[in-house]
Amino acid sequence: MLPLRHSPGRLADNVMHFARVLRVAGMPVGSDRTMLALQALQMAGLESRQDLRSVLAACLLGSAQHRALFDQAFDLFWRDPDLTGRMRALLLPKVQMNPGLERSPQENRRLGEALFPHSPHAPPPPPAEEQTEIHADLTWNDRELLRKADFDTMSSDEWRQATRLLAQLRLVFEPLPTRRHQRANRPGRADWRATLAQMGRAGGDLWVPQWQQRRQHPAPMVVLADISGSMSRYSRMLLHFAHTVARAGAGHVESFVFGTRLTRTTRLLNSRDPDVAVAQVVRDVEDWSGGTRITHCLHEFNQLWARRVLSGNATVLLITDGLEFGPGDALAQEMQRLHKSCRRLLWLNPLLRFDAFEPRAAGIKIILKHVDAFLPCHNVNSLADLAQALGEPARPDLFNFHHRHATQQPRNLARQP
Amino acid sequence: MIEKSLPSSIEDTQARLLAQDYVADRPLATCIFLALRLQRPLFLEGEPGTGKTEIARTLAAMLGRPLERLQCYEGLDMAGAAYEWNYARQMLEIRQAESQHSRAEDPFSERFLIRRALLRAIDPQPVPGGGKPRAPVLLIDELDRADEPFEAFLLEVLADYQITIPELGTIKAAEPPIVILTSNRTREIHDAVKRRCLYHWVGFPDVEREREILQRRVPGVSQALAQEVVAFIQRLRTLDLYKLPGIAETIEWARALMELDAVELDPVVLQNTLGVLLKYQDDIVRMQRGEAARLLEQMRQPQATA
Repeated sequence: MLPLRHSPGRLADNVMHFARVLRVAGMPVGSDRTMLALQALQMAGLESRQDLRSVLAACLLGSAQHRALFDQAFDLFWRDPDLTGRMRALLLPKVQMNPGLERSPQENRRLGEALFPHSPHAPPPPPAEEQTEIHADLTWNDRELLRKADFDTMSSDEWRQATRLLAQLRLVFEPLPTRRHQRANRPGRADWRATLAQMGRAGGDLWVPQWQQRRQHPAPMVVLADISGSMSRYSRMLLHFAHTVARAGAGHVESFVFGTRLTRTTRLLNSRDPDVAVAQVVRDVEDWSGGTRITHCLHEFNQLWARRVLSGNATVLLITDGLEFGPGDALAQEMQRLHKSCRRLLWLNPLLRFDAFEPRAAGIKIILKHVDAFLPCHNVNSLADLAQALGEPARPDLFNFHHRHATQQPRNLARQP
Repeated sequence: MIEKSLPSSIEDTQARLLAQDYVADRPLATCIFLALRLQRPLFLEGEPGTGKTEIARTLAAMLGRPLERLQCYEGLDMAGAAYEWNYARQMLEIRQAESQHSRAEDPFSERFLIRRALLRAIDPQPVPGGGKPRAPVLLIDELDRADEPFEAFLLEVLADYQITIPELGTIKAAEPPIVILTSNRTREIHDAVKRRCLYHWVGFPDVEREREILQRRVPGVSQALAQEVVAFIQRLRTLDLYKLPGIAETIEWARALMELDAVELDPVVLQNTLGVLLKYQDDIVRMQRGEAARLLEQMRQPQATA
């Protein structure tokens, strides 16, 4: 069955080319979907543009997040005679443009690159700089010092060593029981199917009960990292931490960064190499080290993402200094919502590195009311403690900031004797 | 139930859905038409309360087929979704055979199989008195509530319309069922599932369509009330609420208003019935603080000037 043969004119070619454009623009469109689209077009006919759009959407789309991209691509591909001009304009070097007017074209740059992969105007990618790296392992003593050094004051060498230390963290997540079962050796829930199969094998005489137990699953984790100016270095290190966590395969990890806007970085952190991954986030997130709007970003998270990523008992790591100067009511409301929709909310604040820290700022006081734990995150040691804490079942006494603060001694969580 | 043929065109699909009081816009009708003709599962995603589940019910009525519904939940497995062995009966038979000193029959034969929704859809049992059973409409509802391992179970069913039971062999559908999957998008469904389906995003309807839905679904609602209800809800949807009201809420609300003998919207009735529309306390509090009255005023204003 070759749909191509029956299609009139160049429609089949065009559909194929369109699918290819979508693919290059980042949508997962396989050749099976293209075939399906051609079949569907034969069935539905080509009466109107609207129908063509819905047929192609039904066959080529797979996810709500790609709808906007699809619509743009469709409009560009199936109508505009001056498509070439517009897309080329998108690819022009941006020097002569006025920064105020520049945001007006709605078309996605990725689309432009997908339609014209070899645009003569596009500058060639700069050649990768060659780097020689010398690995010299630290002595034990140096490493101890490094573990206690503050991220903010590290030299670039120390920083690199610290990221390496972080990558070596052993991560065990708190196991949560799921509603699925697996074979077990100890008596518990009876596995009737296996029991009868066993009996059948033994010729119906031998009655050996087989058992099941609940399967366990590491708790999923969501990282919400503030990347505003004051937090930038800590957040970078925490991204390394998030990367380690994600690579450990210990559970599902979602990560978001926020400054003035919220950006999901889960996909960006997928790269195997931590430096590449974090660099990717930094490159892609525009508001890196700008101002911060905690309330606004939390609202966005609650509204758009919480229901999608917080299902299944997630642990949330909120990384921010909590210095928010907006109206307190709104912040309290968003924090309350966030706290209610996850199983455990841990707040990591680098300000805790100061021994005499007291929660005086209004924003900090508000956030404190709605978190399960308040922890430092300014050096490798504190992150190692965090990793250990994540592996233990939630214990309110250990995590309670008020309790810790009452003793006036910021204690290390897991390292205490 | 009277067996009916598949629709012949997109217009026909739309008209026959309308005859069942389901007002579908053209993209949706196109998707349904294609799903029926190409025998592909239809994957519907969208906000809660926009009529995704209703499509399956309507299709079953429209085509005169039975409806098999599978409600998904976390931990749903093959035993709950497709088939299970009747262990008690198997054991009884073995015992009986033992006491009669005869050889027990194979405990894994079809007699001991308990059929659940998926298997019933793939292999429908003949109805007593009826002829050949027809393939039903299979509704897999709220797939996002099931966990990821369950999606993997589904792949075989969706791609080849068959179920493999290790002890018995593969059961293949004589006639593929019409499969509708719905999701509220509380998480992303795996690509492997979506690849095998046609995809459609069910959004909120526009004013015209919503009014028509209301008048078809709530018989006896006055023109004026329907108009006000729809206008208010459409405005409500432009607000930044935690949960926007769907069509289901529109219909419920119109029924509630009729029950209260309201002829038109006024602030008092509105305050008292907010709980029908909004399901989050934050949203309700926000509306009670005057936002509702403001919306109502705003809604009335262009009418006053016109």
